[in-house]
Amino acid sequence: MESNVLVVDDSAAIRKILQRVLRQTGMSIHTIHEAGDGQEALGVLGAQKVDLVLSDINMPKMDGLQLLASMKASPQWRSIPVVMITTEGGETKVSEAVKLGAAGYVRKPFTADQIKEKLAGILEPALPL
Amino acid sequence: MNLNEIIVQSLTQSTIQVFSTMLGVEIQCGDTTVNAGMPEANEGVVSFIGVAGSWAGTGSVSCTPAMACRICAQMLMCEAPAVNEEVLDTVAELTNMIIGSVKTELEQHLGPLGLSIPTVVYGRNFKTKSAGNAEWIVMHFQWDGEDLVVKLCLEPKEQAAHVMFHTSSTDACALDV
Repeated sequence: MESNVLVVDDSAAIRKILQRVLRQTGMSIHTIHEAGDGQEALGVLGAQKVDLVLSDINMPKMDGLQLLASMKASPQWRSIPVVMITTEGGETKVSEAVKLGAAGYVRKPFTADQIKEKLAGILEPALPL
Repeated sequence: MNLNEIIVQSLTQSTIQVFSTMLGVEIQCGDTTVNAGMPEANEGVVSFIGVAGSWAGTGSVSCTPAMACRICAQMLMCEAPAVNEEVLDTVAELTNMIIGSVKTELEQHLGPLGLSIPTVVYGRNFKTKSAGNAEWIVMHFQWDGEDLVVKLCLEPKEQAAHVMFHTSSTDACALDV
């Protein structure tokens, strides 16, 4: 079964890198959607079927934690795994993300192997890798 | 170790790690100086990011347009023949990752800190000045003979007034990314 992934980051460079890395993981991916902030991401979620979200934390308009909270409050989206990809190494924001229901997090800078390993740990039962 | 030594060590490790992980490049560490907060002439690409918390300040990464294009091409694995939005975005993200890692390290010593969204300036003949009085730690790195300069200034919040001023005479533009 092919999956749809949503990549949320205000940096187009990081979205491009994640697109490439996701294609390299060997996951069976149909479409990779992109959004530049949480608000845009909610728009994509409303319009597309999404199986996995990779989101930055620090973004303008609506940050990754607000996006995560909105998703977990929605019966429609709460089961979609959200992995935070962030420069935030401090306990505060990462702990908050975990409390809100993030499936995991990867710190920037990241390698393709780190992304693959994290997704395998979180999604192996749900997505073909 | 005093705070400046911790910052130098952290900037070094962070810059080397970001280049190694995201670009697959071994960057060489050059001179380190501590400069008073004086305005200095700039040209090329300069990216700024604000640090806030019990200590506040600014981090910056600057390089030539050619180096910025090369960083973009290597990081995104694409052609980058001229400085465009993608190149500026890449330098901004590089700054976010370098200073973000340093911020994480410094939080162990200074308590929780926040980062702003980076701003990138590209042009010629412009000056930048911080309104604060803190000294800047200036570190030079080399990639195949080209220079990349990473700077950070930090001071206790009650002393900090870090508004970055950009004054340009010609050909400069700023992009919040």
